Amino acid sequence: MKFGVVVFPGTWSDRDCGWVIDQVVGAQLQYLWHKDADLKGCDCVILPGGFAYGDYLRTGAIARFAPVMQEIGEFADRGGLVWGICNGFQILCEAGLLPGALIRNASLEYRCEWTHLAVERTDLAFTSQCAEREVIRVPISHGEGSYFAEPAVLSRLEQSGQVVFRYCDAGGRVVPNANPNGSLHNIAGIINKRGNVLGMMPHPERCAESELGGADGLKLFRSVAGSALRVLVS
Amino acid sequence: MTRVVARVIVTPKPVVNDPQGITVKQGLATLGFREVEDVRVGKYIEVSMEAESMHEARERVDAMCRQLLANHIIEDFHFEVDQVLHRDTHR
Repeated sequence: MKFGVVVFPGTWSDRDCGWVIDQVVGAQLQYLWHKDADLKGCDCVILPGGFAYGDYLRTGAIARFAPVMQEIGEFADRGGLVWGICNGFQILCEAGLLPGALIRNASLEYRCEWTHLAVERTDLAFTSQCAEREVIRVPISHGEGSYFAEPAVLSRLEQSGQVVFRYCDAGGRVVPNANPNGSLHNIAGIINKRGNVLGMMPHPERCAESELGGADGLKLFRSVAGSALRVLVS
Repeated sequence: MTRVVARVIVTPKPVVNDPQGITVKQGLATLGFREVEDVRVGKYIEVSMEAESMHEARERVDAMCRQLLANHIIEDFHFEVDQVLHRDTHR
């Protein structure tokens, strides 16, 4: 399994993702510059957190025009694994690869804290190493992570089981108090219909070693690394 | 060719929660502006350009708004296009 980590001007989580892939999981790592029009044979492309292009105009609005994004769109169409984390999730929404949008946190505050996530799908390449209804502890770090979609889109997402992660309390209860940013339905991460494009606001790369206070994020990286044989990119 | 300036206003859709607007409204209330019923905070974008006609300018600006300046999921937009008579009037 070869992971590609995209680097835009203003990306800040690329090295954290790279460290987990290379040093913790021991998978192949390839950084992809935003001007690259070639994914260099990667099986899973990560759009990491940060402030790509300064988040000018709207978060992710300019990043979607980068040459690498054209390739990522075609890669996703072929069934390739695309994983947007934080700013990467915002970029995937702006690019139309995932429905909805991320808006200013309801508190207007930048929130950098641990959250609990209820894992609602374990049949995905990204979550196969999680247990059914498992609660994982993953930090967030964003000012604009409040998930919004119009009611019809939201109910389609719910009906087709596209909500992968939901903010919950330590006991797994999805309650308003556990919602750090005002996301509709406590949504922290969603998948596209086909199951190969994941967007999530929390940062699994920041909790992949116990020295960092938790290692639940490693399950997601290991899931992807272990999915190599099951992914068929046509 | 006509030199024009388009003044684009982008606002959060009514259905989208606007915490900035709520906070500004609270600030205004603190200052005594208790008549304020609602505040929505958006963006102002000025686009200077040339066009064959005012009609074409409006069509182009509309396309710019749809493709980039506003996100149709969360934002509404409207704009005015004015002719600029002298180049040095551009601010």
